Amino acid sequence: MIEAVGLTKRYGRTVAVDNLSFTVKPGRVTGFLGPNGAGKSTTMRMILGLDRPDAGQVRIDGKTYHQLDRPLRTVGALLDAKWVHPNRSARAHLRWLARSNGLPNRRVGEVLELVGLTSVADRRAGGFSLGMSQRLGIAAALLGDPQILLFDEPVNGLDPEGIHWIRQLMKRLAAEGRTVFVSSHLLSEMAQTAQDLVVVGRGRLIAQCTTAEFVDTASETSVRVRSPQLDRLREVLLRKGYALHVEPGVDGNALVVTGSVTSEQVGEIAAEQDVVLHELSVRRGSLEEAFMRLTGDSVEYRTDGQGPAGPAAAGSEDLMVAGGVNR
Amino acid sequence: MSVLGAERIKLFSTKSPWWSSLATVVFVVGFGMIFLLTTASLVREDGPAVPFRVGVSTTQQGIFFGQMVILVMAALAITTEYRFNTIKTTFQAIPGRTSVMLSKALIIGLLAAVLGEIAAFASWGLGRLLVTDFDLTIRTADQWRQVAGAGLVFAITAIIGLAVGALTRHTAGAVTALLVWAMLGEQLIGAIPRVGDKIQPWLPFNAGGHFLGVGPNQNEGAQTGTDLPYNAWGAVAYFAGVAVVLFLVAVLVVNRRDA
Amino acid sequence: MTLLAVERIKLFSTRSPWWCMLAALAVTCGFTALITGTSGDDYPVSVQTTQFASNFGLMVILVMAALAVTTEYRFGTIRATFQAVPNRTAVLLAKTGVVALLAGVVGEVVAFASWGIGKVMRPSADLALNSAADWRHVAGVGLVFAVGAVLAVAVGTLVRHTAGAVTLLLVWALLVETLLSALPTVGEKIQPWLPFNAASNFMLMGGTPPPGASVVSQPYGPWGALAYFTGVAAAGLVITIVVANRRDA
Repeated sequence: MIEAVGLTKRYGRTVAVDNLSFTVKPGRVTGFLGPNGAGKSTTMRMILGLDRPDAGQVRIDGKTYHQLDRPLRTVGALLDAKWVHPNRSARAHLRWLARSNGLPNRRVGEVLELVGLTSVADRRAGGFSLGMSQRLGIAAALLGDPQILLFDEPVNGLDPEGIHWIRQLMKRLAAEGRTVFVSSHLLSEMAQTAQDLVVVGRGRLIAQCTTAEFVDTASETSVRVRSPQLDRLREVLLRKGYALHVEPGVDGNALVVTGSVTSEQVGEIAAEQDVVLHELSVRRGSLEEAFMRLTGDSVEYRTDGQGPAGPAAAGSEDLMVAGGVNR
Repeated sequence: MSVLGAERIKLFSTKSPWWSSLATVVFVVGFGMIFLLTTASLVREDGPAVPFRVGVSTTQQGIFFGQMVILVMAALAITTEYRFNTIKTTFQAIPGRTSVMLSKALIIGLLAAVLGEIAAFASWGLGRLLVTDFDLTIRTADQWRQVAGAGLVFAITAIIGLAVGALTRHTAGAVTALLVWAMLGEQLIGAIPRVGDKIQPWLPFNAGGHFLGVGPNQNEGAQTGTDLPYNAWGAVAYFAGVAVVLFLVAVLVVNRRDA
Repeated sequence: MTLLAVERIKLFSTRSPWWCMLAALAVTCGFTALITGTSGDDYPVSVQTTQFASNFGLMVILVMAALAVTTEYRFGTIRATFQAVPNRTAVLLAKTGVVALLAGVVGEVVAFASWGIGKVMRPSADLALNSAADWRHVAGVGLVFAVGAVLAVAVGTLVRHTAGAVTLLLVWALLVETLLSALPTVGEKIQPWLPFNAASNFMLMGGTPPPGASVVSQPYGPWGALAYFTGVAAAGLVITIVVANRRDA
């Protein structure tokens, strides 16, 4: 359980984290979502006692990080996979970490096995690929068999196999009853792994809710219907006050009903009127568009003006990269 | 104890301490021998008229060299942690930053002390083998201090290097500041007209050198100077005091700032 | 010309050269003020005295020049550089040229600022630049800084490691040369051929030497000393270019 209350951190005149309060519960994967520069890493460093908050505090199972006796046994973290000495072997890196918290040397072999680095354990960590570094970072996080785990953008730069592996690992850790707090700037990524979300923008809390709730409220849904009696259905729906438009397609014209509407409502109205339906489908707007609408004002680094591709391109390029994953 | 163990593993699992250790011993012994051999041949030819004499301390003239390598090694022990961001991992594993700093100081100080003893006695031993026609036996307490004292001076030197490294967090900055101060700054300050002589005893590396009777400002026989405000042990106590103050400031700063 | 501009942009867009230039100026001038301010009648101030602290500036410039290459290796930007300009000889020459030029300018600024400080602190002292030797004592500092920078770029490129290069340069210039020249009998013979010693001989020869600096008879005149120092730096640069062309970036 991680509880942050009124966390604030300033760097000179920039407010990196602004009066941020949230709770991360055990047994679930909690996503820490926000655009780049939203203060996610700063918050994680404050959780780990690396940076000192200017105001507020964060507690881990009721204690501050400095009060933890052997912190690696309580909290494991992967903030940056490149935080290793390039000339030190992976095994030596884990060995000093284990020694610092009185963990048996046997754990080093165990976590190396767990992340699949046993065969390269004695090579210098500086020569590791990003994927291997990431695995080493996860091995370090798991070293003390902690109940609480923090991951900062763990899938960045990984190949599909590595992404899949990390997703499964986080789900498994949460299923074992651990608290898993993982940051990302990709809502699509979080939609795959996280049950809960803490959403931030410009250092401020935007939402704390379940992922399903966030996706529901954030993304616009619409209902598409095709029918041989399209004009009749259109009149009825308009009379009942629904917003809609006609969308031509290869299989004939379709109606798209927008606003707060469910497929159940449209289906029932059609049944009342004895209208035959050839298609009744719910369409969700892109998660990325929704996320950008919510955090739009709080994107730290924004390109100027609106490019030819519209607001999606102008908002944030990393969100665009994510676009392909979920659609 | 686990913090100490972690720091020990950290130090010895990279290459630079091994290189530095080797360089320390090789430079100290190498220079000591060059100096000893040239001095001995001069004294043999020209007799007692020359202003040089050959004794135990003649074998120790390379010590200052080793001290410079120790400064760099100790500074690197912490600046590389900042450079590669492993300091964040360290403070994450051990949130008590004071104990991290104390452990580092102990490990690096101990290594420096061992290297100092090895280098000093190796110089003396090799000197005895190479130069047999002069008396290089260690007899007096002063002679013991001149040789065995190297370990103490190296340990104090290491603490200074570590403290400056922690304060600057920057390899090139720390190394430049330390080396330029120790090799040039103290000499030039000592050469300031009128006040230089009075300041000189209070320049830390000068005091450390006085304890061993070696260093750029220590001519052969200079340790007999009577107008100094301290004796040899006072000099090393002052040197140690400077190191302790610097180290305390470093610990305070490391605790206060973000990792 | 493009290459020179590229190297100039690279050098000035990071912070360390600015820090080094500031440190070179501040430490040298501060120390000159200290020396000239404390000297009394028993310690006359000469043109050379005002340049007594120039070694401080030289050391910082050596570090700056070495960093100009070692940081490229440390951050891997050397690969980007060699990718943009595959002609490594041209890259290294351009880099050396820019760094040396900057070092020369800093040297002149440091030297004339120190001389100016001397004039302000001791208006009664004879600090007029009357002879060619007087001019050499002051303006020569810039030449020594420039040549020293070439040597440091060479060492930095060969070592490719910041701490290693900086330690090697400083320990060599400040300690090894001093210890070697202090060796009984042979020291005097070696001394003129130690590069940094030759450089300081160039600056100090002819004129009243400041206390502590013993100027013994040399096998060369002042310009010969500079030529020797330059020759060593040029040799270092040639070796560096050969090595850099042969090894992987």
